[in-house]
Amino acid sequence: MGYKLNEREFNQLLGELSEKYLIYAPKVFVGKGRFSDTDCIRYDKVKNVEDMELSLKSQYSFKEVLNPVSETLFYFTEDSVKEADMPRNKGAIIFLRSCDLHAVERMDEMYLNNGPKDYYYKRLRDNIHFVLIGCSKAFDSCFCVDMGTNKSDNYDIGLNVREDGYELDVKWDEAKDILGKMAKENSLKEEDVTVDFVKETTTRVSIPKNLSYDVSKSKIWEEYAGRCINCGRCNFVCPTCTCFTMQDVYYDANGKVGERRRVWASCMVDGYTDVAGGGSYRKNNGERMRFKTLHKALDYRNRTGYNMCVGCGRCDDICPEYISFSNILNKLDTAMKEVSANG
Amino acid sequence: MDVNTKKLKKNAFRVTKERGLAASRVRVPGGRMDAKYLKDIQDIANEFGNGTVHLTIRQGFEIPGIPYEKMPEVNKRLQPIIEGLGINQEDPDTGYSSSGTRNIMACVGNTICPYACYDTTEFARKMEKTIFPNDLHVKVAFTGCHNDCCKVRMHDFGIIGMSMPEFDPNRCISCGACVKRCSRKSVGALEMVNYRPVRNEEKCLGCGECVLACPNMAWTRSTKKLYKLTLLGRTGKKNPRLGVDWIKWVDEESILKIVANVYAFAKEYIDPTAPGGKEHIGYIVDRTGVPEFLKYILKDVELNPEAEVTSPLYWSGIKYGSTEP
Repeated sequence: MGYKLNEREFNQLLGELSEKYLIYAPKVFVGKGRFSDTDCIRYDKVKNVEDMELSLKSQYSFKEVLNPVSETLFYFTEDSVKEADMPRNKGAIIFLRSCDLHAVERMDEMYLNNGPKDYYYKRLRDNIHFVLIGCSKAFDSCFCVDMGTNKSDNYDIGLNVREDGYELDVKWDEAKDILGKMAKENSLKEEDVTVDFVKETTTRVSIPKNLSYDVSKSKIWEEYAGRCINCGRCNFVCPTCTCFTMQDVYYDANGKVGERRRVWASCMVDGYTDVAGGGSYRKNNGERMRFKTLHKALDYRNRTGYNMCVGCGRCDDICPEYISFSNILNKLDTAMKEVSANG
Repeated sequence: MDVNTKKLKKNAFRVTKERGLAASRVRVPGGRMDAKYLKDIQDIANEFGNGTVHLTIRQGFEIPGIPYEKMPEVNKRLQPIIEGLGINQEDPDTGYSSSGTRNIMACVGNTICPYACYDTTEFARKMEKTIFPNDLHVKVAFTGCHNDCCKVRMHDFGIIGMSMPEFDPNRCISCGACVKRCSRKSVGALEMVNYRPVRNEEKCLGCGECVLACPNMAWTRSTKKLYKLTLLGRTGKKNPRLGVDWIKWVDEESILKIVANVYAFAKEYIDPTAPGGKEHIGYIVDRTGVPEFLKYILKDVELNPEAEVTSPLYWSGIKYGSTEP
């Protein structure tokens, strides 16, 4: 069921939905970029469409809504424990693009289908609805088409942002009811809407079919030992990175009151491979880059049948050292030839 | 040849060692200009000068080899530059109205440099509008951050960009990048307590390194622009010294007022017998004492609530044993 709405009507729909749901969308944080007088686009709770940034790519992904950067799991004191309240008390609507909707599938795979369901993820994942932001054109660093993530149909509402309004393809009954009511009250008319998706990207990526762990022996990784600064930005902006670590924090000098929280972790940052006894496995940044690349483009695929990387290109956009992940993926073919030749 | 050297000096020409030849001193406030003016400077140098240009230490161009009689023509040719760079002028086509207060310098600032905390040129231009033209010898410079590439501590007033760091614990992933960066590149004002950085406010310079280092935007900059104001640095033959920190976290409005106030002080206390009618502000303060100076420059200034004023102030520096103060 499709509708074309003007801004006021779209805000009316959002207003009615927000009685039961929190709305999350990319937002411009003015002056909150890394450099002075620059902005940051990341997800936040919004009230209306004016608060949203729907034309640019968010630097950080939607994943922090489902998987908070830092989440308290429980509070403890002596022999009692209290589970932390749910970070939000309502369902949520998330505005995202096709690549990100495919990333939700990866997150679900990791947290819900990979052994027992993750309790804390599940309670935030339940009662979520997705608004797919149509992409009429790819951004420079996008490579969704080559990763097969440029199209999605498992959305609740599909959205095309047009100069003269908002085209909606609505699959969700609650939204349909509201729009049906609005149609009766004013001039809103049903029309066919097909959500935009990109068919080509300027950045192209090709992952060799014969990619195997032998590629670990290639020399391509050495370059990143010098270039990468192991800051972890590529992981933190990635919609498919889901690693976390645990922290037990004691508030009190007597050490009897505190909380356990889980916090995002990064396979690029120091400490990730530290083990008891002082060992640390991947000290070299080239090794870390190899691990990350093969996890995104091989390891995960071996287990699930599809690549983890969704081709959103955020890691390319954020890297302060201008290391391009899509370029690394494109080097894998030569790297495979190199290791095959070396036997 | 009959030339009024006093007058031409105030008109931003230099009496050079070559008899009959002046040098035109073109100022670029804040150090940035449209590239098209380079052509005007080139033409003046070729048509009136000796075909060379000196890049001055204060972000200007000095065009030497100009016959004194050509100065009025050169002034006319300078008009597009003077207008284009937004320089206050008394009469058009007569060149610069004064040369005592020196060109206001700026590092490249945050339109280019990742470290800079503000647009240095923009602020320098505001200062230009506030204090020019003026015959008194005052030096002001703007630098984007505590690296002080503009050497503002060698000026009467040095403005250093600061970023007030704001921390969102909910975005911190405990990577420690900020703590490491602060101790390696800055003053070590951060330490990790319970997996999160804690900032020593007294130590913190507001250099912004923590914001640059943070991979997840847990550290960001406050949207209010704040600066450090340094006081009475100087070079020269008597007691050269670096300017000292006076006000930390001071705002733009206060800085503009403070610098504008210095002229009343200088007029009141300048040595009437000073050679060429010029005396460095710092030497005047050496006579009046610092409290009298501060009284003048703080007149009608209401400092913003964040401002932290250092008192008392002490300078060190090199002393050559002059008999004069």
